[in-house]
Amino acid sequence: MSALSLHKRIEENTGLLIFGILFVSSIGGLVQILPVLNQESLQEPTANTKPYTAVELTGRDIYIREGCSVCHSQQIRPLIAEVERYGPYSRAGEFVYDRPFLWGSKRTGPDLHRIGGKFSDDWHRVHLIDPRAVVPESIMPGYPWLASRDASQTGDIVAKMQALSTLGHPYTQEQIDAAESDLEGLLEIDALIVYLQMLGTGLDEEIIR
Amino acid sequence: MSVTEATKIETAGGVNDPLFDSSAESYEDKVVIRLIQFSVIWAVVAMTAGVYLSAELLWPTIDFGQFWLSFGRLRPLHTNGIIFGFGVSALMATGFYSVQRTSHVRLYSPRLAWFCCYAWQLIVLLGGLSLLAGWNSTKEYAELEWPFDIAIAIVWVLFGVVFFGTIATRKIRPIYISNWFYGALIIVIAMLHIVNNLAIPVTLGKSYSLYAGAQDAVVQWWYGHNAVGFLLTGGFLGMMYYFLPKHSGRPIWSYRLSVVAFWAFTYSYIWAGPHHLHYSAIPEWVQSLAVVMSVILLAPSWATMINGIMTVSTAWEKLKTDPALKFIVLSLAFYGLATFEGPMMSFPSVNVVSHFTDWTIGHVHSGALGWNAMITYGTFYFMVPRLVGVPLYSVRLANLHFWLALAGTMLYIVSMWGAGVSQGLLWLSVDEIGELSFSFKDIMASMQPFYALRLIAGLIFLIGTCFMAFNLFKTLAGKHAVVVKAPPVDPAYAIAKEVTA
Repeated sequence: MSALSLHKRIEENTGLLIFGILFVSSIGGLVQILPVLNQESLQEPTANTKPYTAVELTGRDIYIREGCSVCHSQQIRPLIAEVERYGPYSRAGEFVYDRPFLWGSKRTGPDLHRIGGKFSDDWHRVHLIDPRAVVPESIMPGYPWLASRDASQTGDIVAKMQALSTLGHPYTQEQIDAAESDLEGLLEIDALIVYLQMLGTGLDEEIIR
Repeated sequence: MSVTEATKIETAGGVNDPLFDSSAESYEDKVVIRLIQFSVIWAVVAMTAGVYLSAELLWPTIDFGQFWLSFGRLRPLHTNGIIFGFGVSALMATGFYSVQRTSHVRLYSPRLAWFCCYAWQLIVLLGGLSLLAGWNSTKEYAELEWPFDIAIAIVWVLFGVVFFGTIATRKIRPIYISNWFYGALIIVIAMLHIVNNLAIPVTLGKSYSLYAGAQDAVVQWWYGHNAVGFLLTGGFLGMMYYFLPKHSGRPIWSYRLSVVAFWAFTYSYIWAGPHHLHYSAIPEWVQSLAVVMSVILLAPSWATMINGIMTVSTAWEKLKTDPALKFIVLSLAFYGLATFEGPMMSFPSVNVVSHFTDWTIGHVHSGALGWNAMITYGTFYFMVPRLVGVPLYSVRLANLHFWLALAGTMLYIVSMWGAGVSQGLLWLSVDEIGELSFSFKDIMASMQPFYALRLIAGLIFLIGTCFMAFNLFKTLAGKHAVVVKAPPVDPAYAIAKEVTA
């Protein structure tokens, strides 16, 4: 059967057309995406990368809820200017507990992957409530409501940690049992600051220096 | 089938053909009108959100401390409103309109089509509100949380049942090319949507992705790039292949080219996603492969664009009088621009400057405003008067809309090129001893003039869209859908009925 007459059959048969589209469009995924999902080196944590604590996870989920990743990336490229501006470039092993990944696609504000430890907690507190109080040129929105909501309101922390355990994050039963008391007395803004301060601290200290 | 045969079928008969068989069944067009109305409403809502967002970058306090007006929550509403509200409603409307006319048969299960119409609007409405409430998976163009993901999957499959059911019951033997693109839209988006959104639910508004870190990134951009590929490109090419020949009264310049380009497009688009992740912590071979395939993608993209332009090449005089055709032809020019710019931006040496900057935003809008919105406007101006059997309320207003849309799009692209190229180069700039030349905040502050221009560009485009909304509203007001019956089928192309004893 020549190619043309084969194509004539596809052109006149709904089932063949559906099958053809499915077949042709899935090749790329099977050859390019599937191997990446099976690559174990992408699941190896770097030296100091650990599952998020109850407070860090809560802070991260606030970061997600407020859409911070719309304007801030968490992915430092291996370029001189980026390493100078932000710090050591990002390694795959630093993200193994990131569900979802928060690399972002736009830097309306600066990259935050190595923000941890660069500013004091107090600076972050003022900055999150009113960015222009500390950076006059800033165009970041303020997040005053974070200072009036309890961190425990963010979501069911025990259910979250259990879900992540199911996905293979190595939490101990003690960590999960203590999760609710870890959040006690904290506001959402506190949890977010704890998350920001641990960002980018997963590398071996040798590399960071 | 020969090169011209298929288009002969396509351009013969159709909408206002007086020779229709009075016993033939009529098309289900009321659902098309309703989908057009919803599409226009979402366009106005989501573009207004976009204009507001661009104003927030100039005056960051205009969210008034309200969480739901905050940039990070409003931005996904803008993108999802455009893609799923405006875009998908328009694709359903034009898909239902053209599949009936190219199959010479009434929609398979009009009741199911109506269900898809309203269920989809409910998903967009409640989904939009959930984004403002902070239910956000953060995966771009897949931000909606798991309850919506499930609802989308169900409605999408039903959309497929209506569409492929209509094709399966068609009276014409060959399946016309526009239906292939709509078909690819339905099938590939279903596959991408389901795989990318796999997650473990925690609460109603929160789930954790099945994939983590670098792997999650690769899966997401496999989805994200092809949501652009098969929804914003493939689906709208389906629109082009039906409405351009229909409206210009010329057959597709090369039917064979359209077939070759279709398979090349469907095969190669899917590989290009990782070019969104250059210099990131994903394997290098994946990035390199994505560059190669992105460049290859230029071939089917431009083949399609050239095929469209050549189709109208003997009907230029119609552009003088017909705003709808003007929109469609201009959209092809922007399609050509965006599909050239895309492969260029996938080169690592260009991407190193463009990535993370406003250049990306400009690129997206040259596609979304110049290509998607313009071709949709053209088809709406074409369909609405025919659906209710009256002339367009105001051709002058539509012509004014055309110039506003063109001016808005051009100003938008140029302002974002300016912003993006300067951002990208200034960020990378180091002096002779390797120290950074500029601080981040100084570069950010220097973006204000570009952001102001972009706000004006968005406003111009939005005003044009409001003119169209008014024009279509006046055209439709108090009118009912014309009953259109399937024209007689040329026996040469009719489905041969099997004779049973």
